[in-house]
Amino acid sequence: MYAKTIWIAAGFFALALLTAAMIIPRGGDAWTDREIEMLRSLSIKSLPPLPPDPSNRYGDDPRAAALGHQLFFDTRLSANGKVSCATCHDPGRDFQDGLPLAVGVGTNTRRTMPIAGTAYSPWMFWDGRKDSQWSQALGPLESPVEHGGSRLQYAHLIAAHYRSAYEELFGPLPDLTGLPEQGGPVADAGQRAAWEALAPEQQEAVNRVFANIGKAIAAYERRLQFGESRFDRYVEQISGRQTSGNADLTKDEVAGLRLFIGKAQCINCHNGPLFTDNHFHNTGVAARPELGEDTGRAAGARQVLADAFNCLGRYSDASPPDCAELTFMVTEGEELVRAYKPPTLRNATLRPPYMHAGQLATLEEVLDHYNRAPAAPAGHSELRPLKLSRKELAQLAAFLNTLETPITAPTGFLEAPAELVTTR
Amino acid sequence: MNTTRFRSRKSKWVLAAILLLSVGAFGACSTVREHVRTYKQLKAYAKEVGDERDLSPQRMSENGLYRATILPQTDPVPLNKLHTWTLHVETPDSTTVDVATIAVDGGMPEHGHGLPTKPRVTQALGGGDFLVEGMKFQMPGWWVVEFAISSPRGTDTVTFNLML
Repeated sequence: MYAKTIWIAAGFFALALLTAAMIIPRGGDAWTDREIEMLRSLSIKSLPPLPPDPSNRYGDDPRAAALGHQLFFDTRLSANGKVSCATCHDPGRDFQDGLPLAVGVGTNTRRTMPIAGTAYSPWMFWDGRKDSQWSQALGPLESPVEHGGSRLQYAHLIAAHYRSAYEELFGPLPDLTGLPEQGGPVADAGQRAAWEALAPEQQEAVNRVFANIGKAIAAYERRLQFGESRFDRYVEQISGRQTSGNADLTKDEVAGLRLFIGKAQCINCHNGPLFTDNHFHNTGVAARPELGEDTGRAAGARQVLADAFNCLGRYSDASPPDCAELTFMVTEGEELVRAYKPPTLRNATLRPPYMHAGQLATLEEVLDHYNRAPAAPAGHSELRPLKLSRKELAQLAAFLNTLETPITAPTGFLEAPAELVTTR
Repeated sequence: MNTTRFRSRKSKWVLAAILLLSVGAFGACSTVREHVRTYKQLKAYAKEVGDERDLSPQRMSENGLYRATILPQTDPVPLNKLHTWTLHVETPDSTTVDVATIAVDGGMPEHGHGLPTKPRVTQALGGGDFLVEGMKFQMPGWWVVEFAISSPRGTDTVTFNLML
């Protein structure tokens, strides 16, 4: 009799399991149509083809990219001959350095940002003080704590070592004979004086070489893009499409994803296939007063408007209608104070420490920060406490692992060039 | 005898375990049902709130001076992308307003922040139409966009709601 009862109970159990399996496909991740639509908006498959950068007519020229690749890794573009772009933007580390503050010829006041996918962003740097990749590349070259050199030094370097590659692309180099070795509107008083002593047309000619260096570097950088992560394959799978490679998410990862697009509100700022809105947000990140005042976007907005190398400037190849982001940007207001750009969350797990000055050492600290939503040291934080449990925070952290994404680039671009060009 | 009793006791435990597991499995199902119900409730809520907020592209201005219609030139309104709108302005008696000074503002009431850009009316297109450039929305959710319209008929504000 007991045996019969057990069989009946076992039947019920099997039926229950079957029902559960039908209702809960793939370990409990039942998504509504609306949610699947939201997840697809985050998939790398939703990223449109990279549009041209109207401000850089050389951006899609492979010769410019090859020259940019050389320049990116060339330590001669520095005051001490030891710092290249790749010093901080290490291709072996997701094009960043893993340090709280970047270290070039000195120590910066900001954390190095990753590069892949930034060709899609209208704003560069944490504060958006540059509006294109080519213009961004020029900033560190003359920063006294990064490359520490000057535009005249770099123009001489191009003339000495990259003349043919440069001239093939950009036309004849100006005659630099007799011009000082160093000079630019930089921090060093002597170099600044040398620059100011040049005639306006000489400055203009050197500026153009300097801008073209940036355009070549940007042509290289815009080819650094993201491949497919486990998350992207998962989205394909739940959309009923074929995928190759691991597309499975664990229960915790799925729970974390659900929190990401729901209760945790991460998607508010980390939206789109690059998991960033490329806008600026005050999230109450602690100040580091020892680094000096940092007003974030408030200063960045002023700087980009005044920048000679912006989209509307004379070194840009764009026509004014192409510069709508700059034309219609918000230039002032409380919302800009200590607002910073959210970096992509792709590979965020590989990039501790976090925030614009490396304030938070681990991803757990970052999640805890968003959960607590502390008041901003200046301006107003957009955050509100999330009241997530420890378990939920761990699930969010688990989900972020699924965003580890390989960087794709033309052959050889993810490493230093085999040999630097050293001849004319 | 003892053995039989032992078997019976063992069977009871097995039975209890199976029943417990069954309850667990059904429980898992009801969690999902709960989720679905919550989603339905959310949809109903969104509809209700949407009605309250009036997502209509045509609205009367606060003091009834103007009837305005928005026509985003990208449909649906995109996230994170600059785009343009056409704003059509007329009086309640359907006379088009061709000359007006129009200021644009807006933001996310629930997040307490404004628009990410400073859109402007850049051109009067004629026939009551005005070109609005520099529109952008960087977050999903409820947005409001306000137009402060000044013409010889007076100054009035019209507010539109959007759900992205």
